[in-house]
This record gives sequence, structure tokens and C-alpha cells, in this order.
Amino acid sequence: MTLVLEAAVLGILTGGVYALMASGLTLIFGVMRIINVGHGALVVLGAYLSFALFRSLHMDPFLSLVVTMPAMFALGVVLQLVFIRPLKTDREALSVLVTYALALGIEGVLGYVFTTNFVELRAWYETASFAVFGFHITWVYVFGFVLCLTILGALFLMLYRTSFGGAIRATMLNRTAAQLIGVDVDRVAAIAFGIGVATAAAGGVVFGITNAFNPGSHYDLISRLLTIIVLGGLGSLRGAVIAALIMLVSEDITQVLISPVWANFVFFVILVAILIVRPQGLYGVRVRDRI
Amino acid sequence: MSGTPTIAIRAGRLAALKGLGLVLVGILALILPLIAPDPATTGMAVFTVMYVGLASAWNIMGGYTGYISLGHAAFFGFGAYSFGLLLNHLNVAPGYLPFVLVPVAGLLTAVLAVGIGWVALRTRAATFVIVTIAFMFMLQLLGENLVKLTGGGAGLALPYSHDWGGGFFNVPYYYAMLVLAVLALVISWSIRRSKFGLGLLAIRDDEDKALAVGVPTRSFKLTAFVISAVLVGMIGAVYGYYVTYLYPQFAFDPLIGISMVLMAFLGGLGTVSGPVIGALLLEPAQMEFAYRFGASRLYLVFYSAVFLIVILLLPRGIVPSVADLVHRWRRGAAGPTTTARGSREAVKAASP
Repeated sequence: MTLVLEAAVLGILTGGVYALMASGLTLIFGVMRIINVGHGALVVLGAYLSFALFRSLHMDPFLSLVVTMPAMFALGVVLQLVFIRPLKTDREALSVLVTYALALGIEGVLGYVFTTNFVELRAWYETASFAVFGFHITWVYVFGFVLCLTILGALFLMLYRTSFGGAIRATMLNRTAAQLIGVDVDRVAAIAFGIGVATAAAGGVVFGITNAFNPGSHYDLISRLLTIIVLGGLGSLRGAVIAALIMLVSEDITQVLISPVWANFVFFVILVAILIVRPQGLYGVRVRDRI
Repeated sequence: MSGTPTIAIRAGRLAALKGLGLVLVGILALILPLIAPDPATTGMAVFTVMYVGLASAWNIMGGYTGYISLGHAAFFGFGAYSFGLLLNHLNVAPGYLPFVLVPVAGLLTAVLAVGIGWVALRTRAATFVIVTIAFMFMLQLLGENLVKLTGGGAGLALPYSHDWGGGFFNVPYYYAMLVLAVLALVISWSIRRSKFGLGLLAIRDDEDKALAVGVPTRSFKLTAFVISAVLVGMIGAVYGYYVTYLYPQFAFDPLIGISMVLMAFLGGLGTVSGPVIGALLLEPAQMEFAYRFGASRLYLVFYSAVFLIVILLLPRGIVPSVADLVHRWRRGAAGPTTTARGSREAVKAASP
């Protein structure tokens, strides 16, 4: 029982990281109606950027976010301008292919620069732990959780308390109507894409400290993130956060109760179950011809 | 259409040219192992013809209905694994006999495809894409975890014929792949000219309207999905027999799934000849590049670059773009607008 509880706590802590990564993905979907299959690769890229800063300047991984997040934001804006904006017809299908291609390109470049050997981000809090009610919790999970909560909180504040956030939500609701009331939807889309990619950098740091990774890690990551946002309902931030917590907690509990090799499988079982009962996901809305 | 004699003659000539080209390509494909018998060429030919079949099969679902599946590698790997298990458990002697069992692997894939299709086709557009990706990773995970059945990460060995040494080894597989590719093409072509195919195109253009005018969208989509998956599964079976050793990460390779999509896109989505042209252009190039730069993984960058160029500059693919040019040339300067494309193709499909 203690093991299960410990697994649940760990699941919530890692769930926070996945919530952050998935909310970037779902934000991008919500604003642009595109699925960024390259999100996993961008997370891995973020992890590698912090890794490079650590290797060359011995910069603390969390501290390196000060550099990597703005850089990734800029990269996101550029990617949106160059590769996503030119898609005029059949955007939804084509964007999947374009972002898939971007993922492959990032994987190829990372493989060329850093080789395909597994690496890990290192810091003192990676192994140091503290005890609460008899559980041992590694500091990194707590730091990662707090970081992700902070960024998620900032994201929600921005979305619900600023006028730019209002413009984003208006674009998510109805692109044409938003345009009619004077929202510069192209600018909103570019910035939202940048924000999504910047959150990937933050997620990448926590992912990189808690997991060994290589350029090919993005496949595993993206299949989980996509499952999470489908479970939560495409385009719903609230859904993404809740789905991430559900997924990670059930994964960690499976790991303890059944076997680590089947932990990943839970994701898919939950996905299939939700699709049979509620194809639009937890918080999704069923729009004509779009879900 | 204005029926002046010159246009009729031109159209007749065009059809004759098309037929002649088809016959020439067919003869070339048949005698290829005779004129270029070295293993390097025939090996490349096996994979090229494999992708002709895969892209054509994928196109039946992805091109005609517009439901983009990025997880067709699930059926490819499943076909390969079920075929391998079949050979191992039935103790089939290697040689020509196993090829007879390829349709059995196809049948097993059909069962899987009905299950996956039933769940995945509850969703549309973006969600469908995601669900197909998820199913592919799910099967890959099963391949790794069901160690007793599949051998897990250690791989599954298939029997292979010791009699087919040296330069001959590739040849039987080449013809097997060719038969499947032709089968995929014939099926794709006959669907394109059938009422069923017309229904699929209607689904692509507007699913709700298609349903409203009486197209049984659910069963049509599922049928197209299963046909497409079975063909891919059978090609996977021959692939498994060819490579003789199966690993989950290579049989259920996301790159295989995306390659067939890219080829169909490059050639022209929803056309019969498009996927063939896409595969013929791309697979040899990809193999050459992987051969030269494979170790440094730069070939992924090449792949991604081709992909991006195709989609950004030629989003409709080669065949529709060329067809438009020909139309314009036949009709004079005023070419058909792109928005009329769907309906025009539908009309063409309806009148064989």
C-alpha cells in the first residue's frame, strides 16, 4: 500500500511535467488547429540545449532555462513563420506531416551533433532526496513540479487575465470571428507557437534530469503527449493538465502493481477506453466535422 | 467540354501514350532481375517495389477518404510478425511454399484492422491521426513485451532458404513484392472507378454531406481502412521473410509509416499513379542517401528536407500538378481552378 501511495505521489509530480509539455501542445492545437508532432523533438532539443550549456559553461540545468526558453520561443516563432504559415489548404493534415518532418530534421541534427548515445542532465538535486512520512522523494521531482506549476500558472494567468490572452482564447474559439473583431490572428498564432515551444524547453529540462535521453527519445515522448491531449480533449488546457495527471499516476501505479514493462501500455488502454466512451476526450467539444 | 476533332485526337493520343508507357513500365519491371542481376540493384528494387505497394495501399485510405493514417506501420509489422510466427509454429520449410501463406498473414491483419478501425474511426481529422500513431506504438510495445511469443527485443528469426544464394537471393522476393504491388494498384484503380470509390471521395470532400446524401460513411471508411491495412500486412509478411530477422523497433518503424505517406503526397494524393511515381522517385534516393550517410543520421535531415520541400512547394503532388498543366494545354490558357478539382475528379471517377 505504501508502495502504491509512493507511486501515486511520484505520478503526480511527474504528471506536472507532462502537464506542462502537453499544455504547450494543446495550446498550439487550440490556436492553429495543427498538431505539432514535432513537440517531442522540441522537448528533446530543449534538453540538449541545457545539456550543451551544462557541458560547456557548467550552467545549472534549471538556471539554463533563462537562456533556452527565450531561444526556443524565437525558434518557435521562426518555425511557425517559415513552415506553418505557408500552409493554406488542408492545413490540418499537412501540418502533421510538416511537423513530423521537423521532428525528423531535429532528430537528425541532434544525432549528428551529439551522437545517438544516451546522455543525462546532471545536478545535485538529481540524486539527493528527503523523507516525508517514510517515503523518499528526490528533490528534482519537487523542483520540476514547482517549476512546471509556476509556468503553467503563468500561462493560465496570461490566458485569462491579459488582453493578449483574450486574443488567444478568441482565436481558439473562432478564428474568423476573432479576425473580424480586430485580432491579428497571424501574430497570435506565431506567438502562441513560440510559447508552446518555450514550454517544451522547460519540460525538456525536467525530462532530461529525470530520464536518460538520446535524439530518438522524441518518439516515445510524442506518443505519450498526443495520447494525453486526446484524452484531455484537443485544445483544452484544463483537459491536458488533468489527463497528464491521470495518465502518469496510473502509469506509476501499474509499474508497482504489475510490471514496469507494462506501465507504458496503460496509456494506450486508457486511450482506447476513452475513445469508445467519449471520442472527443474529457473536455473536448464535438464540433461538426472537426473532431 | 468542347468536342472539336483536334482535342479528341489529342486526348486519344494521350490515352495511347499512357497505355504504351504502362506496358513499357510493366515489361521493365518483369525483366528487371534479368537485365540488372547484381544484388545491389535487385536489393534496391525489392524495397522500391515494396514502397510502390505500400504507398498505393495507404492511398486507398489516406488518399481517397482523406483520413491520414500515420500508423500503417502497425499493420506492416503485424503482418511481418504474424507471418514469422506462422512459419515457425507450422514448421513450414523455407523456399517458395511460404509465399502461399502470405494471404493468411493478410487475413490476420484484417482481423486486427477491423478492431483498430472500429476504435480509430470514431474520431476524425486530427484525432484520427493521433490515434493511428498511438496504435502503432502500442503494437511496437506489444512486440517488445510479449517476449514468449515474439522474442521481444532479442528478435524473431524466420526460416530462410539456403538454396537461394548469391545473386539469386533477392529475385523471389522481388517478384513476390511485385505481385503485391500490382495487386494494390489494381485494387486502387478499380476502387477509384467504382461507386464505392466515389463514396470515399465524397467522404474526403465533406463527410457530413456525404452521409446526408446516403453514403454509408461508417462502413465505407472501415472497408477502405481494412483493404488498405490487409495489403500493407501482406507486404509486411514478405518483408519479414526477406529480412529473416524481426525486431519490434524495425518492424513497427514510424519511418516506414511516414515514408508511404510522403510518397503518396509527393506523387499526388488520391490518384492511382501518384503513389507509384512518389515511391519510384523517393525510395532509391532515400536508400542511396542512407547508404552514404546512414552512420551519421544525416539522412534524416535529407529526408526531412525533401518532405518539407514537397509539402510547401508542391502540396498537391506531382500527378495533379502535371494533370492541371495538361488540361490547361488542352483547353487553352483558361485552366480549371483548384477549387473545382474535387468535383472534376469525382466526375472523372464516375464515368470510366
